[in-house]
Amino acid sequence: MNREDTLIPQIGVITDVRIDTPDIKTFRVVTPDGKKAFDHRPGQCAMLSIPGVGEAMFSITSSPTNEEYMEFSIKKCGCVTDWLHQAEVGQQITIRGPYGRPFPVDDEFAGRNMLFIAGGVGLAPLRSVINYCRHYRDRYGDIDIVYGSRTKEDLLDYEEIISEWANDAGVKVHLTIDNPQEGWDGHVGFVPNFVKELGFSTDKTAVLCGPPVMIKFTLEGLIALGFDKTQVYTTLELRMKCGVGKCGRCNVGAKYVCKDGPVFRCDELDELPDEY
Amino acid sequence: MQKVTASQLIDRAAALLADGTVRAVLGWKKGEFDYDITPAVFESEEELKASFVFNDFCGANVSKYLVRHTKKIDGKILVFLKPCDTYSFNQLLTEHRFDREKVYAVAIPCQGMADIDRVKAISGDGIVAIDCGETIRVTTLYSEAPVSVNLADVLEERCANCKSKKHVAYDELIGEEGEVLDSARFDEVARLEAMTPDERFAFWQNELSRCIRCNACRDVCPACTCEKCVFDNPQSGVENKAPANEFEEKMFHIIRAFHVAGRCTDCGECSRVCPQNIPLHLLNRKFIKDMNECYGEYQAGAEVGTLAPLVDYTLDDPEATDVLTRRDCDA
Amino acid sequence: MRKCALEKMNDVFAAIASAKTLYLPVDGTDGNAVYTKWEDGVEWSEQLNTVRSPKDFFFPQTEDLMAFKTEGKSIEIIDIRKEAEDFVIFGVRACDVRSFDILDRVFLSEPVDSFYASRREHGIIVSLACSRPSETCFCGTFGIDATAPAGDVTAWKTADAVYFEANTDKGETLLNEIEALTEETSDEAVRVQQEKTKTILAKLPLAGLKTDAFGGGKTKEFFDHPAWEELSQTCLGCGTCTFVCPTCQCYDIKEFNTGSGVVRYRCWDSCMYSEFTRMAHGNNRLTQKERFRQRFMHKLVYYPENNDGLFSCVGCGRCLSKCPISMNIVKVMKTIGGNAE
Repeated sequence: MNREDTLIPQIGVITDVRIDTPDIKTFRVVTPDGKKAFDHRPGQCAMLSIPGVGEAMFSITSSPTNEEYMEFSIKKCGCVTDWLHQAEVGQQITIRGPYGRPFPVDDEFAGRNMLFIAGGVGLAPLRSVINYCRHYRDRYGDIDIVYGSRTKEDLLDYEEIISEWANDAGVKVHLTIDNPQEGWDGHVGFVPNFVKELGFSTDKTAVLCGPPVMIKFTLEGLIALGFDKTQVYTTLELRMKCGVGKCGRCNVGAKYVCKDGPVFRCDELDELPDEY
Repeated sequence: MQKVTASQLIDRAAALLADGTVRAVLGWKKGEFDYDITPAVFESEEELKASFVFNDFCGANVSKYLVRHTKKIDGKILVFLKPCDTYSFNQLLTEHRFDREKVYAVAIPCQGMADIDRVKAISGDGIVAIDCGETIRVTTLYSEAPVSVNLADVLEERCANCKSKKHVAYDELIGEEGEVLDSARFDEVARLEAMTPDERFAFWQNELSRCIRCNACRDVCPACTCEKCVFDNPQSGVENKAPANEFEEKMFHIIRAFHVAGRCTDCGECSRVCPQNIPLHLLNRKFIKDMNECYGEYQAGAEVGTLAPLVDYTLDDPEATDVLTRRDCDA
Repeated sequence: MRKCALEKMNDVFAAIASAKTLYLPVDGTDGNAVYTKWEDGVEWSEQLNTVRSPKDFFFPQTEDLMAFKTEGKSIEIIDIRKEAEDFVIFGVRACDVRSFDILDRVFLSEPVDSFYASRREHGIIVSLACSRPSETCFCGTFGIDATAPAGDVTAWKTADAVYFEANTDKGETLLNEIEALTEETSDEAVRVQQEKTKTILAKLPLAGLKTDAFGGGKTKEFFDHPAWEELSQTCLGCGTCTFVCPTCQCYDIKEFNTGSGVVRYRCWDSCMYSEFTRMAHGNNRLTQKERFRQRFMHKLVYYPENNDGLFSCVGCGRCLSKCPISMNIVKVMKTIGGNAE
C-alpha cells in the first residue's frame, strides 16, 4: 500500500548507551544510515519499540538543535524499559514520531527569564528545552535550574549539568538531594521546599517536571511566591498506544495527552478534570 | 407472575432499614421499558419506593455484588435471593468471597423469569408497556390491542429447565419454600454428546465464532471472582483481548469452563448476558454432568463448605483410565 | 428514483456480487442478524438491525498492522498492508450510517489512519430506511432521520418493492450497474412510507430524549456529578456496550509471535476495562465509576467538544438491549442531564 501511516515506524539504531543513574540509562538513536530519524521540537515524544516486547512513549531528551542524533533517558520500570536496559550498542529498535505539543520555546518563552524545576527522571523532558534555550542563549533572559533527586547518584545528566550548564553565563543551577549523603556538600531537602527557600521573583516562566506529588507541592509553592498559573508549564504522562489521539486512552477530559499535551500550561490543567 | 410482589419486598426492606438491621438493600431497579431492569443498591425507603421492582424480568442474580458491596457498606446489606441465586450465595461463601456477618439474606420464591427476546418473538418489537399480571400483557407500537403472553411460554432457558425452587440459604424467607426439581437440564448436553466429534466440533465452532470477547460472561459469573483474571493480566503470558484466531475463540471459553468446573452452580447468567446468544451454560453443564457421572451427584452451592469432586480425593474416585474406558464405550 | 420488485432482489444481489463483495444482514443460527457475505441462497434478514454494527467493515475487531523479522540486533519491518478491494454493505440503517461520520473524524483526521482510509474509500454503503423502529431506538435525539438515511445509495423497502436513490458518485455508479434490474419510478410510495414511519417515530418511548444539557465545554458541570456513583454501582466492567457500539473506536496495539517473526496488530479495546489506562507506575482510573464516567463523558461531552458539537452516539439502541445490567446512555442522559421524567 502506497500510503503513509504514522503507526508504521522506522528502524532506529542504538549508537550509545550511557549509564546515568542506577535505574536510568540514556540511549542515543539514529537511523541505519546514521541520520536523525526525524526533526522534533522541545518537549515532544517518540514511540520506541522492540518487536516482540512492546512499544512505549518516551520524551526526546536531546535538543532539536542537535542535528546528529536523538537521545532518550529511560528509567527501568516495565517490559519495554527492562529490555532496553539490557540492550547493547548496535541494537536496532523501531521509532516513530514526533508526537505531542512542544514547549512554546519560540512564542511564550521567547525573551523570558526561565525557571526549570525537575525531580528525578523528570529532568529528561526538560533537558531538551534547557539545551534549546542554552543554544539560543540570546533569545532568553536568565535561566535558573532547580533539580533534585533521592541521592547524588540519582541525579540525571550530572556531568552535563556540572560541566556545561553550570558554566554558562546567566544560567544558575540549584541541586538538591532528599537526604544527607557523604560526599555531598550541596543542598539537602525536597524540591518544593528548596524552591520556596530560593524564593524566586515572579518575572519568570516556570517549567515543572517530576513525580505528581512534587509537581503539586512545587506549584503551590510557586503560587505562594506570587506566580500566576499562566506562567507555569508542566508535562503529563498517561498510558498511550497510538500517539496520535485515536486509540482513546490517554485523555484527560477532552484533551489527549499524546496529541494536545504532553505540555500543558497550569491554567489549562485547571480546565481539565482531576484525572491524571 | 411472581408469587411475591414488589410492594411486599419494599415493605419488608424498609422495615429492616428502619430498625437498623441493614444499611442497604441489594435488589432490582426499574428501567425505561418495564423489562430492562438494573441490579441496584437502595439505601432508603424513598429510594425503594421510587424504583425497586420485582417482576418477571428480574433474572439478574445479584449475589456476586455482595463481594463488592459488603466491603463498601458499614453494617449489613440486605440481599434478595431467588432460589437459584442462593446456590451462588453459598458457593461464594464457600470460597470466602464475602463476610456472611455483613449480609441479611431474604429468600424469595421465583416462578421463573421471562426472556425478553422470547416475549418479543410473540408480541413483536416496539414495546411501549408490559404489565406482569396473571399473564404478561405487552403493548406495542404495532399492535392494536395488548398481546397476552404466558410466562411459561417465554421463560429463559435456565428457568424452563429450573433445577430448584428450594432456597439453600437465607436469614428470612418471604413466601413459600419450593422443592429441588427433577429438571431436564442435561438433555441438551446429552444431545451434544450423541453427536460425532466432527459434528460437535462444528457446533461449538459455529457458536464460539460469534464471540466478541466482551467478557460479560466472565464478569457476571459468580464463580469468576478472581481479583485479576489471567486473561486481563499482561504478565500472565495469556492476556487476550480479542480472539485473534479460531483457536483463541475457543480457548477463552474452554479455559473458563475448566476454571469454574465444580464451582459453577449452573445459575445460567453467562448465557443470559451473552450479546451473541452463545449457549455458554452448555459447556458448564457438560462438566457438571460428567462430574455427576464420574463422582456421584454434586450440586455446587447446595451447602456451604463442601469440597467439589475435583478438589476432593476419595479412594472410590474412578481412575483416569476408567473414565477413558467409559468414553471408549460411549464412542 | 429507481425501483426493484422485492422478488427480484436476489437478482440485484447477484448482479452486485458478480463485481464486488456484497455484505448484507442475514439471520444467524442464534436468531440475531449478522452482516454476511452474499452468495446464492443467502436471505436478506427482515430484522431491524444487526447486533454487531457495520463499523466492523472499516474498523475490524482485530487487524494486523505490520510484521517484523528480527535477527541478532537487526530488525526488518514488513509492510503487510494491502489496498482494500471494492465492497458493498447493503442495508445499513440511518443510525449506523451516521456512525461512519463519527469514526471518520477520528481515523481520517491527520495523521490519517491508512488501514481505515483504504477500507472506507473502497466501501460502498447502501443504506436502508427504517419503517418499524424499536422502542430502543432514539436516533432522532441526534438529529438523524431514520426515514432518509445517508450513504452512497439510500434504499427503502416496502411490502413489494425496494426503491433506490443515489446520493454520491459511488452510489450513482452502483445504481448504473444494476440499471437493467430496476425501473424509474416516482417517489410516491417512499413518501407514503416515510410519513407513516414518522408518526411512529414521534410515538417512540424515547422520542422526547434531548441532548440540550450536553455538549462541549460541559466537563466541569458533569464530571463530579454525584449520580455517577449510583449509575455505575452495578456495572460489571465488561465490554459489551463498547463492542456493540457503532461509534466506540478505542483500540489497543499488541503483538503476536508467529514463531518465525512478530506481527503487530490492533484490536478493539474498552474504556470499561480495568487495564485500559494502567501504566507501570499507576492507573488514573482506578474504579469502575471512573471508567464508566469516561465512556459517557466521551460520548456526550469530550467528543462533541473536539468535533463541532457532534455527539458520538447515534441512538441505535444496541447498548440498551445488550447491556447485561441494562444500564445505558439513555439512563445516564436522563439522570445526569436532569431530564428524567
